[in-house]
Amino acid sequence: MLAECGVASAEDLFSHLPDDVRLKQPLALEPGISEYEIVDYFRSRAAENANGYASFLGAGVYAHYRPVMVDTVVSRGEFLTSYTPYQAEISQGTLQAIFEFQTLMCQLTGQEVANASMWDGSTATTEAVLMAERLTGRTRVLVARSLHPEYRDVLKTYAKNLGLTIEDIGYTKSGRIDTAALKAAIRDDVAAIVVQSPNFFGVIEEASALAEVAHSAGALLVVSIAEGVSLGLVKPPVEADIVAMEAQSFGLAPSYGGPFAGVVASREKFVRQMPGRLAGQTVDAEGKRGFVLTLATREQHIRREKATSNICTNQALCALAATVHLTLLGKEGLREMAEQNLAKAQFALSELEKIPGVKRAFDGPFFNEFTVELPRSVRMVNADLLKEKIIGPLALGPNYPELSKNALICVTETTPRGEIERFAAALKKILAQPA
Amino acid sequence: MDINSKIKKATRHTNQSEGLIFEKSSPGKRAFELPTLDIPKADAAKALGDSHRREGVEGFPEVSEIEVVRHFTRLSTWNYAIDLGMYPLGSCTMKYNPRVNEFVARLDGIATEHPFQPQELSQGCLKILRLLEKCLLEITGMDAITLQPAAGAQGELTGLLLIRAYLQKQGNPRKKVLIPDSAHGTNPATAVIAGYAVENIKSESHGQIDVDKLRDLVTEDVAALMITNPSTLGIFEERIPEISQILHSKGALLYMDGANMNALAGVTRPGDFGVDVMHLNLHKTFSTPHGGGGPGAGPVAMKKILEPFMPTPVLIEKEGGRLALESVRPDSIGKVKAFAGNFGVLVRALAYILAYGPGVRQATEDAVLNANYIRKHLENDYDLPYSLPSMHEVVFSDALQKKNGVNTMDIAKRLIDYGFHPYTTAFPLIVPGALMIEPTESESKEECDLFIDAMKAIAEEAAKTPDVVKTAPHTTRVRRLDETAAARKPILRWKAPAKSSAAD
Amino acid sequence: MSYPESLRYTKEHEWVRAEGDIGTIGITDHAQKELGDIVYVDLPKVGAKIEQGKSLGSVESVKAVSDIYSPVSGEVVEVNETLAQAPEKLNQDPHGAAWLVKVRLSAPDEVKTLLSAADYQTYVGAES
Repeated sequence: MLAECGVASAEDLFSHLPDDVRLKQPLALEPGISEYEIVDYFRSRAAENANGYASFLGAGVYAHYRPVMVDTVVSRGEFLTSYTPYQAEISQGTLQAIFEFQTLMCQLTGQEVANASMWDGSTATTEAVLMAERLTGRTRVLVARSLHPEYRDVLKTYAKNLGLTIEDIGYTKSGRIDTAALKAAIRDDVAAIVVQSPNFFGVIEEASALAEVAHSAGALLVVSIAEGVSLGLVKPPVEADIVAMEAQSFGLAPSYGGPFAGVVASREKFVRQMPGRLAGQTVDAEGKRGFVLTLATREQHIRREKATSNICTNQALCALAATVHLTLLGKEGLREMAEQNLAKAQFALSELEKIPGVKRAFDGPFFNEFTVELPRSVRMVNADLLKEKIIGPLALGPNYPELSKNALICVTETTPRGEIERFAAALKKILAQPA
Repeated sequence: MDINSKIKKATRHTNQSEGLIFEKSSPGKRAFELPTLDIPKADAAKALGDSHRREGVEGFPEVSEIEVVRHFTRLSTWNYAIDLGMYPLGSCTMKYNPRVNEFVARLDGIATEHPFQPQELSQGCLKILRLLEKCLLEITGMDAITLQPAAGAQGELTGLLLIRAYLQKQGNPRKKVLIPDSAHGTNPATAVIAGYAVENIKSESHGQIDVDKLRDLVTEDVAALMITNPSTLGIFEERIPEISQILHSKGALLYMDGANMNALAGVTRPGDFGVDVMHLNLHKTFSTPHGGGGPGAGPVAMKKILEPFMPTPVLIEKEGGRLALESVRPDSIGKVKAFAGNFGVLVRALAYILAYGPGVRQATEDAVLNANYIRKHLENDYDLPYSLPSMHEVVFSDALQKKNGVNTMDIAKRLIDYGFHPYTTAFPLIVPGALMIEPTESESKEECDLFIDAMKAIAEEAAKTPDVVKTAPHTTRVRRLDETAAARKPILRWKAPAKSSAAD
Repeated sequence: MSYPESLRYTKEHEWVRAEGDIGTIGITDHAQKELGDIVYVDLPKVGAKIEQGKSLGSVESVKAVSDIYSPVSGEVVEVNETLAQAPEKLNQDPHGAAWLVKVRLSAPDEVKTLLSAADYQTYVGAES
């Protein structure tokens, strides 16, 4: 082959590069290893992580049962190793699956259209805000402090270069957004109100009341959802104008933070301002139903600097995993999973409230996460819990200085009763000791 | 014309139709059993309040497990994939996705870790990140790196935000970013999100950056030039060290879109030829699977001057070799994405690098060889608009075939009948009717020969029987889907058929 | 298709028909041919002020977007609402039923600076 290209050696293929930038020695990397050794390397790393610990962490990443079939399907080479479905005739598998995903997301969120995925909940929320800005032409955004701190951080990183003003709105003792403060802050220069539901404290927000406040000033309501399983039992925010959801709870392993899948869902009338890919139904030359990527003029490869987003590669395979997962659970399965989460969290709260000094922090309704107040430093308590091989709840102090003794507890259907009881017993023992 | 005699590749289609999963639903069916609840059931109405209670998701599928597996298996057989054959897609680097990478990403202790668990119980994860950082720094010749961005486009944004923060610290973030007219669409879209105006710079007659024009355009209002190297024509920007100097002399920086790293890894390093900051596409150069459109990862490597502005958290080494994620960095641009990045994708990329070691150079050489081999064998059949040496991809145009009314889209569709996925059509924009071909190192000589034969056959058809090309593909289950109707009256979800009494 | 003499044309392929102080604006047959099947038109609202040479909106095909540059300056007094439901009209009758907007001309003399049908015909002949 080299001869047919008219060169004597592989080196000659690079002879046109400036001499002083061509590497003269091999890269300083360890020599390549065999498959067996690669597995061994990662097994060794796995052994250095949290093995055999009970965990009560949620905060945007949730442990749920994942049917084996999810991995079976996404591991099929035709899905795993396929490309973005720009050539529709040989990508109908991907395209129909995206169409089904979009449908499921609409059914879950109560919205009319949903896209084919964004990178995650934090960027989906950010893109929803940018979408609200485009739709209203306004630049002020009122954001609940109870929106996930990392989501708020991402939003601020994007917002400061786009002339958007982000204002924090606090919460009340219910754990919900302070509607009085919201009403005081809202004017006709606000593009959107952004809340999360259930919020970072685990409390469910009142979307319809918030929508009224937003709409009264010509602003939009953006609802961010980090725990999608809640939608199996909790009414979706149909009054919201844009929903930004994280789909990690649907069949995606926690995997130290990614890859997950965000979704932006909204009204049909706003579709031309939506970011991300969209799969649409159509017919072929013989009238057969088929699917294509559509409304592509919104996207970067056509609209370039005027695109609704710069997103190109999305989280397609993760969205497929969510589609398979939700299809396996089905209507009954998702409801039952949600019921189990609710029950476990209620049970956990009742066990913890029996411990002297442990108080429920907020009185608003919650799904599978709730906030407690402890009589001493959460960090110290967690250090002691670790000795019992329990990863304790997330301390809220670092992100909410006024909540320095508060912790966020998450219980899902995967937490056995015995583990909840063991956690309560351990906490009781720790708190009984002198500080 | 009997194309069967010309088709030597295995093809596979299923002709049966498969409806939407919602159309197969039957009330009461389910595919998954949860363990029995081991605590008392909660009263949802009492716990949530009536205003919040939902009675199950309306319209959700209700099917059995065998129906689920058949549905998705049938759908999958409608897809082309790397596991079936070559994708000659330029700038996509559709190389083989090693299966051991899938295995290690799913290990207990890797797939199960929560990003907020104590760092002392996450040393395994942090070591993986650290080693990947070190390898990518060695490959790029840079000083610091963030693994947080979720994709190339997000990497581009991170890079521009780093530049902005750096310039802002010196007193003036400046106003615009220069972008070549051959650039990928994400470049200008990203610049706008970073708060910069876009100024396009026209390529010169060889498709390279016009250095004289650049000299005129670089003022104190310019924050950076976004360059792709090799360019989207697959050609190395030979004057890049000079380009870098011009920018630096005016206090501007050089950003490199690393989508084409498959032409450079192990042979040269962007840090050595004047690049200040760049992103990598792990789903291109580093073999992580495309999965039908994602996920990917877009790490950003940078020179020391930009390190203080890195997104948080930053991975640091403490005493005793312990690793930690540091969240407090006063000059940081903040986070571009929650948590530390697409960790599962990062694991796969590290597995790939561990398999190769310094042998990534061999992969690069093979990729460039394959592209040049294809170029050599097709340069008499297709118009080659730019004659400078190709690296890992070659760009032809449809100028010769246009004479018979056959364009690049038609040729691409006809290629499907020959058992291949099309090449990249109509990009870069500076080549009207472009055919952008990148075989990658994964393809054998045999596969490249089959591709060459197919392209030669199509060129002949375009000359002698153009209609068969213009109306292709002929062998797929669906053909020439109506994209106009899809855009005029978008149908973006399934809806339950209207019932006479119940509301939808 | 021939280019009606009652219209005046721009090099960016828009046309205007001036009747009194009202100008009707559209895109030319050449433009719709170049774009292919039109799927969507983005038009300003009634009351919007537009300027000669500046973009007043855009027209989209499946794979491309083109800005519509206004041939004249003025205030939008009417928008062709039928195009929202039937953008294909632009492919069928670009010089007639598929007009885009009507404006109250703020500088009627601008019309004289535009190309006549004959000059536009020559221009597009030369372009293609």
